Amino acid sequence: MMRDPVWRRAMRRVSALVLTLWLILPLIPLGVWSFAHGWRFPALLPQGWTLAAWDYALSPTAGVVDSIGLTVWIAVCASGLSLLVGVPAGRALGLHQFRGKGLVQGLILAPLIVPGIAVGLGLQGLFIGLGLNQTVTGVVLVHLIPTLPYVVLVMAGIFANYDIRFEQQARSLGAGRWQTLWHVTLPAIRPGLIVAGLFGFLVSWSQYVLTLLIGGGRVVTLPLLLFNFAASGRNDITGAMAMIYILPGVLVLIVTARALTGRTTGLVGRL
Amino acid sequence: MTLLSVEDLSVTYPGATRPALDGLTLKVPSGSLTALLGPSGCGKTTALKIIAGLLEPTRGDVRCDGASILSLPPEARDVVMVFQQPLLFPHLSVAGNIGFGLRMRHLPRAQIAARVAEMLDMVQLGGLGGRNPAALSGGQAQRVALARALILRPKVLLLDEPMSNLDAHLRQEMRALILGLHRTLGMTTVLVTHDQAEAVVLADRIALILDGQLQQYAPPEQFYHRPASRAVAQFFGGRNFLPGRVDGTQFHCALGVLSLPPGMAQGPGLLSIRPEAVGLGAAPVNTLMAVVTDRAFLGMQTRLVLQMGDGVLEAAVSPDLAAAMTVGQSVQVNLPPGALWVLAG
Repeated sequence: MMRDPVWRRAMRRVSALVLTLWLILPLIPLGVWSFAHGWRFPALLPQGWTLAAWDYALSPTAGVVDSIGLTVWIAVCASGLSLLVGVPAGRALGLHQFRGKGLVQGLILAPLIVPGIAVGLGLQGLFIGLGLNQTVTGVVLVHLIPTLPYVVLVMAGIFANYDIRFEQQARSLGAGRWQTLWHVTLPAIRPGLIVAGLFGFLVSWSQYVLTLLIGGGRVVTLPLLLFNFAASGRNDITGAMAMIYILPGVLVLIVTARALTGRTTGLVGRL
Repeated sequence: MTLLSVEDLSVTYPGATRPALDGLTLKVPSGSLTALLGPSGCGKTTALKIIAGLLEPTRGDVRCDGASILSLPPEARDVVMVFQQPLLFPHLSVAGNIGFGLRMRHLPRAQIAARVAEMLDMVQLGGLGGRNPAALSGGQAQRVALARALILRPKVLLLDEPMSNLDAHLRQEMRALILGLHRTLGMTTVLVTHDQAEAVVLADRIALILDGQLQQYAPPEQFYHRPASRAVAQFFGGRNFLPGRVDGTQFHCALGVLSLPPGMAQGPGLLSIRPEAVGLGAAPVNTLMAVVTDRAFLGMQTRLVLQMGDGVLEAAVSPDLAAAMTVGQSVQVNLPPGALWVLAG
């Protein structure tokens, strides 16, 4: 194997470093704020250190712990439902050619292009009529709008590289429909399921506008709570909550990196 | 005794103008090895998929032991298909793959393990049960695929060109293995192939399919000596077709009057003789004078083009006999009556 020239390797390291800093730098002040005891401009570091913000954020009065539970529950439901709908849809798009396929793909991508606030306002009226406004169910359903496209896209990519003859072979060897799904299809698309599920989770986890519109202030997820504290000027508590808020993202990154770089099955290509 | 029978099987794929399979009717005797032979795209794999239950025919029926199995799902048919590619499940070990079908039938683990070990030995892969399928060679993978089907002891085993992805040497080994297993287990087998040599070596009976239609269904020798049509004869390497007329036991054609064996259909017909049956030298009957107009050395044989009057014949003779012959030379040629066959004109 030929080695890249030195300058090219150096460039790669520099760009990786810049990218990392770009992503991590904005988080540093938040992290510092969460332990700060008074931090006034133009001081480079806080006057003192304290765990008060963390203490408050994790206390029952702040509602952060309840909110985490609720946000997780909504994200799990939204990503689970997205998989339930998105896996068959992705399979159809990835495996088959049919009339109007381009239109269907466009419609699936539409929520990523149309502003959420427009969709949310439109749905609000409908959800009030259905009694779904200000309910967790309503919020889960409205989260499907941004989560579903990601799940469908990931699964369509997985199924585009999928060989359906593995399923035919399983049937011929005596496996029923459900046995084939469980013993052949699911193991084959497992990396895709993990990635799609985690993406769905993260997208739901970070929803603000749609939760606000449909939840109507009754369904207080972590981003809403975070925004409340940020708006009230409590930088220390905002910092502590922001640290909690980015935790799933980091975990997802680690897990997906493992799912994607680990032993990939031969049925599907790498993403 | 007929085990598997296929009646008037036809498939027209959506959007296609011609049927992929047109009225295929076959009776496969119990314990036999039948080859569906034909060029790629002739409909033979389509037929196999219908028998396996993976494709629905437009028309026709598939019967096993006399009862229609057309409405049964693939898993309930007791018919197992082995595909052209091994299609080993990559998340299972070699043993896991071979035991797959038994696991789907909920057999006890110990029993599955014992039968998997037995199958591994049978396909000469003993000790490789723990391997990852990705670590197998092409020939090994195809043998695992075969073992995975055989372990189920199906009533009918369907093989779709299981050797086409192997190189010549492995193909020989695989042929021998399939033949050996077929003789040991006596499983009714339908083999799809485009390779006539493979069909001749392996099969008890060959069904030749051209353009979706069955041309002839007979033991291999018949395709050489009693082909049903010019197309069949040509598929099996027939090169000599002389138009003429049968009158009693005589054939009138451009070469003159030739003696035929008795029992040929009377009237106009096409005389065929295999190139390797054309004899050099004089014989009591059907001796002709010919001029060698071309010769080509083919290794085991030398092909001669012989001009005789208005007719041209090709002969395949041993290189030793042909060594002394030159283009332009006159030779005596004889056409043994027993090697002559008249096709319907």
